[in-house]
Amino acid sequence: MGSILKRKIGIEKQVDVFLDQISEAGLLFKAGLEAYLRGNLDGFEKKLGSISETEHKGDALRRSLEEQLYLHTLIPESRGDVLALLESMDSLLDRFKGAMWRFDIERPDIGSEFHDDFKELANSVAESVESLVRSARAFFKDISAVADHMHKVSYWETESDKISTQLQRSIFRQKELRLSHRLQLRDFVRHMDKIADRAEDVADSLSIFVIKRSL
Amino acid sequence: MFAFFMSSGLFLGWSLGANDASNVFGTAVGSRMIRFSTAAVLCSIFIVMGAVISGEGASHTLGKLGAVNAIAGAFIVAFAAAMSVYLMTLARYPVSTSQAIVGAILGWNLFTGSLTDVHSLTKIVSTWVLCPVLAAVIAMILYKLVVFVIKRFKFHMFKLDRMTRYGLLLAGVFGSYSLGANNIANVMGVFIPVSPFSDISLLGWFNLTGAQQLFFIGGIAIAVGVFTYSKRVMLTVGEGIMALSPVAAFVSVWSHSIVLFLFSSQGLESFLTSHGLPAIPLVPVSSSQAIVGAVIGMGLLKGGKGIRWRTVGGIATGWITTPVIAALLSFICLFFLQNVFQQKTYRPVRYVLTLESMERIREAGVPTAKLDDLFGENFSRAVKFKKALYERVALTPEARDIVMSAAEIDELGVAGTAIARLNTGWFTGEQIEALKQLEGREFIHKWQLSEALAEQSPQWRSHENDRDFNRDLQNKLSHLYKVFRYETDY
Repeated sequence: MGSILKRKIGIEKQVDVFLDQISEAGLLFKAGLEAYLRGNLDGFEKKLGSISETEHKGDALRRSLEEQLYLHTLIPESRGDVLALLESMDSLLDRFKGAMWRFDIERPDIGSEFHDDFKELANSVAESVESLVRSARAFFKDISAVADHMHKVSYWETESDKISTQLQRSIFRQKELRLSHRLQLRDFVRHMDKIADRAEDVADSLSIFVIKRSL
Repeated sequence: MFAFFMSSGLFLGWSLGANDASNVFGTAVGSRMIRFSTAAVLCSIFIVMGAVISGEGASHTLGKLGAVNAIAGAFIVAFAAAMSVYLMTLARYPVSTSQAIVGAILGWNLFTGSLTDVHSLTKIVSTWVLCPVLAAVIAMILYKLVVFVIKRFKFHMFKLDRMTRYGLLLAGVFGSYSLGANNIANVMGVFIPVSPFSDISLLGWFNLTGAQQLFFIGGIAIAVGVFTYSKRVMLTVGEGIMALSPVAAFVSVWSHSIVLFLFSSQGLESFLTSHGLPAIPLVPVSSSQAIVGAVIGMGLLKGGKGIRWRTVGGIATGWITTPVIAALLSFICLFFLQNVFQQKTYRPVRYVLTLESMERIREAGVPTAKLDDLFGENFSRAVKFKKALYERVALTPEARDIVMSAAEIDELGVAGTAIARLNTGWFTGEQIEALKQLEGREFIHKWQLSEALAEQSPQWRSHENDRDFNRDLQNKLSHLYKVFRYETDY
């Protein structure tokens, strides 16, 4: 009995640590982008290293959680939902990491006039994911509190949309840039905005999971 | 021979185990929260325990409905009940063993011309209605309570899952115990009056009555049913109920178990009566209907939209169709066994208004003037005697019971050899001594023997406000009637 309890306390902790990784990925992305914009490539590469590590850890945790859920037939009524939630949270982490790698590979030249907007966009995107992480934590720990965090996901997603539209507009209005350069920057903006969109999609499914579990 | 005749009861027990174990462990096993083997072992152990420890309460009520007094009759009664359960299951009707056995006993009463105790019958039938209703009410309260606790203490999803698991396990264990206690009467109740078992005393401090030994065997039959056939039923039922959510499943199993326990607990009954409260009748009820009642109760809490009223209608019609089918089957089979196979399906009970019985009736305050012309007349069946009484005098049901029991003929002889065979662990020294004083005496009414014994020793007198003692005294007297009876068949 003792060993069973230990393992199950473990799984609660594992979910927590897994969600920590997602939250951390958002922060790392923000910090990495700031370093990149400052021209501090060393700092950027360190963050890139950290986010890869975080992603790796997140993957391992997700796999272990999935295995335990199936092996020990835990929460049979919500298992499918929980697995879907874990998968899509993990894909958000992947997207953060993907965006960082893209910066590393392409090293886009971002004019200083766009820096503030880029930082703001990164902040909104990270906030939307952070709100989603809070909602997900509440889903596991205190289902009645999920709604308190969920609406913030939409709020930050709308903010990201506004900033990205604004930023893209500014990029294409910048006459000195070549079209190829503009298109490259636009892709970066879109890639970042997509993360917030995806976070909102996950929040939508989460709200259904909550209804299904409501007593 | 007894073993052969008991086979129909064992068959009934087997089908009970195969069907009803799913009510207590179906959700847990169906959702794979608990392994089938674990569930089956726990379920069997606790069904047997419930049957042996608390089985007697509900069997008394069934016994009062009709005392099947010949072994071949008991065989047919249990057989008819088992067949009706089987047929109704084939027709996909929600069937209850309790309703089947009551119908089968009524069939025996009808065939043999024995009286049906209307009071007991009303009590039993009203419980059938009460059982799902009570389960629904308990489920509603319990559900509200559980939801409040969950919301108040904000358990982690995995912790709640763990708690639900243990809750289902506990509910299953408690449910198995209650199922054994409440439903063993259906399986073995009819065999009590004809069983050859006498009481066994273990080391002088633990006494196992003949009925308890029967219940043990019946419990084993139920357990065999659980092991051999219940897995399939559990998986279907479990998945059906799981749609509710595990917490709701947990509440439904608990409500079911509480209801079954209420209808079988002698302890609770004495507690209630000793505090001047109305006692809950100890009657075998239907485990499946308790579960359905609980589910409906929770459905009502959510506005009642999800309730399948056809199922509810099916249950209500089962209250009538099951006993009717069982009664018909029982009657027809008894007819064949008696007339084609020449088996004795009942021991005729005669009624004669003797001098002594007239005296007893007068002493009880019932006027005998109008009964005088019946004096000495021999009535071969209870219904005939009752009809004769009915034609002459208007008696209250209580007064009629007094006249009937006073006039019942049962020729008893207190034989020394029979006294020597009595179990001294169960009968006290003083009780045996009192019996020895009566050695060689003969009685034509049962009450004469009990009165004679009461004169000999206070230990043969019933105690006021001591239900346990009085119950034990009745068991002992019933045993004596059996061992001292002339021309016994068993």
